[in-house]
Amino acid sequence: MSAIPIPLPHGAPAPAPTPVPLAPPGGLRGFIADWSSDREAFHISWGKAMMWIFLLSDTFIFGSFLTGYMTVRASTTVGWPNASQVFSLHVGGADVPLLLIAIMTFVLITSSGTMAMAVNCAYRRDRVNAAALMFVTAAFGETFVAMQAFEWSKLILEGVRPWENPFGAAQFGSTFFMITGFHGLHVTCGVIYLCVVAYKVMRGDYEKTGNYQIVEIAGLYWHFVDLVWVFIFAFFYLW
Amino acid sequence: MSAQTGQQHPIGLYLKVWLLLFVLSAMSYMVDYLQFQGMLRWTLIVVFMLLKAGLIVAVFMHMAWERMAFVYAILLPPLALLVLVWLMWSEADYTFLTRLSFFR
Repeated sequence: MSAIPIPLPHGAPAPAPTPVPLAPPGGLRGFIADWSSDREAFHISWGKAMMWIFLLSDTFIFGSFLTGYMTVRASTTVGWPNASQVFSLHVGGADVPLLLIAIMTFVLITSSGTMAMAVNCAYRRDRVNAAALMFVTAAFGETFVAMQAFEWSKLILEGVRPWENPFGAAQFGSTFFMITGFHGLHVTCGVIYLCVVAYKVMRGDYEKTGNYQIVEIAGLYWHFVDLVWVFIFAFFYLW
Repeated sequence: MSAQTGQQHPIGLYLKVWLLLFVLSAMSYMVDYLQFQGMLRWTLIVVFMLLKAGLIVAVFMHMAWERMAFVYAILLPPLALLVLVWLMWSEADYTFLTRLSFFR
């Protein structure tokens, strides 16, 4: 862009040279300038935007896992194990199908509910209740992981391995351990994350600024873990 | 929504959504418990799954109240996964037919 020079009237004092906007620098300097020029597309805090972008990338990881699961299940000529029977529990003299998985689902949903209430308390600056509800959420999460460990042990004792199992197609074991293992890892990380944030909330680290958005951001991660379970429950256990 | 105020919603709304999620989970469990099969089973599973996912994202993760530019930036990209699913579905179908012809 070139400014058209306006001819000055005779006798008028020459104005002080106004700073002309420089052409943006090129090369590495330009690269840095473009990425650091403080332009803002989303009117939300950077912390929340970054958490959402991380969750978006995680969506692609779990999406690819579930797509891989679909591919091996649709392409095997050996019968797929009946999840309803494989994950049944023997209670009171009868096999109840998918019982443990149903309980795990309810535990995770309950933890999502307590997390949502923790966010509500945090924004009302009720930090004791917010921290307490976060610890309750973490406890539910830990319960979930414990039940998953039980489920893994049970299946391993029955001879399920990533390369073979006594119920049918070998791919059942590999996809089961990969998908639920990766989800369990997310829950475990979430429990640690929630405990750290809850501890900081309880200690009053955010009292000075009064900004409790960190609880909402931690909550986003936790709800995402629940969200992923909704898809795993539907596609792996029910399908 | 400024960075300082954040998402503040009544606790009653959260409790209602929580209850709905419980009911929907119970219903998807009943699909297995009552041994529905075939198209009915798959339809019910997907419907309950999408309802639960929608409630979690919209209310618990506050997407219903975020600005439109942000909502679309996050929710549209995962649709690319549908292309992957379509590609892998046709690939799996091909592999299955190949295995049927050569490995049985």
